[in-house]
Amino acid sequence: MEAVSSRTITVEVNGVQYEREVEARRLLIHFIRDDLNLTGSHIGCDTGNCGACSVLIDGVLVKSCMMLAVQADGAKIETVEGLASDGELNGLQQAFSDHHALQCGYCTPGMLMSATALLRENASPSEEEIRKGIQGNICRCTGYVNIVEAIKAAAQ
Amino acid sequence: MLLREVEYARPASVQEALRLLGSHEGARALAGGQTLINVMKARAASPDVLVDLADIGELRGIELASDGTVTIGAMTTYTDIVDSAEARARPILGEVCKQIADVQVRNRGTVGGNVCSNDPTNHLPPLLVAVGATMTILGQGGERSVPAREFFLGVYMTAAGPGELLTKISVPPGKGDGFASVPIGRDGTCIVNVAASLDSGAPTLAIGCVDAVPVVLTPDSAAEETVRVAVRGANLDPPSDVHASADYRRHLAEVLALRAVAQAAGRT
Repeated sequence: MEAVSSRTITVEVNGVQYEREVEARRLLIHFIRDDLNLTGSHIGCDTGNCGACSVLIDGVLVKSCMMLAVQADGAKIETVEGLASDGELNGLQQAFSDHHALQCGYCTPGMLMSATALLRENASPSEEEIRKGIQGNICRCTGYVNIVEAIKAAAQ
Repeated sequence: MLLREVEYARPASVQEALRLLGSHEGARALAGGQTLINVMKARAASPDVLVDLADIGELRGIELASDGTVTIGAMTTYTDIVDSAEARARPILGEVCKQIADVQVRNRGTVGGNVCSNDPTNHLPPLLVAVGATMTILGQGGERSVPAREFFLGVYMTAAGPGELLTKISVPPGKGDGFASVPIGRDGTCIVNVAASLDSGAPTLAIGCVDAVPVVLTPDSAAEETVRVAVRGANLDPPSDVHASADYRRHLAEVLALRAVAQAAGRT
């Protein structure tokens, strides 16, 4: 095995297989947004703080700006685009809508993915657990109260 | 952010990883990437080759020996430790890992990455020093063990040199531990942190964030005044920044030392 500056990777994103050649230096978020044209995942801070780029890799919540695309080779990736089906919002998304859990909406994709990961692990989280679950996601509008309410409602 | 061009390899064995690290001067091991990818964005690090350790199964996992020693593979994530029944043999490990950053970072960030990056504000360097951990380092010349106290050499510098890998960390049995910190926001970067262990009889304290490496103190007893005198006697010279002045950090070191010792004393 030798080190290479680009390689062909295969990933499954929201159930669809993709094979692409990527440069080793390419961040996963750029691969998702620019190569696959799945622009739901956002780049907020690009420093690993804000969580707007959060996606699930093999079921594990990660910030895709702190991972290289080549590191995701062979993985199953879930992004915000995979939540709705046939144009219908899923329960969590509907709860965000019902509870006005977004203002500018920029953090929403990451919030939804963090809440998705949380609810899979813990079907009825306490408020404290919800707040810990979205700790890696910053809402710069500071609209956390309604986000927490929405996640609570989705859990019920 | 577009990173500088870099080459990438994902070896399947430790030997292959060592060969790759040894054959390129600018090679660096990539663990969870929760520090390295960001410092590469900032160009604070510009490795020519990244050797991704993700596929090396033997570097991952937590084992509990019959004598109570907990051995943690360098590529074990914080989440692995928080969730591990074996790691609960030394409860402070999971308790501290749970305080690091957030879910996403805990899912990717590794114990080995935390200690090998040796950012002076990290949680694990003082903790592993206080609990008397032993680090196993593998290089082309073979394997060696280094006490945590001697592992941390300077800011971003450890006893694991170029071409070497930290493979595992062994934590001896014990329960009488404490950890106290004042972070920037809940579970954020520490302004000062202190780990304490009373398992070896007299307390061992390790103060983080106040120097390039954890400052180790071994007061004669866990009595409040004795601990205060020990911290004052260390003549700490911490940095000042927007979060805290040097004086305030010195004050925190004393208060947090007492809190860590009190927590440890409640568990022995």
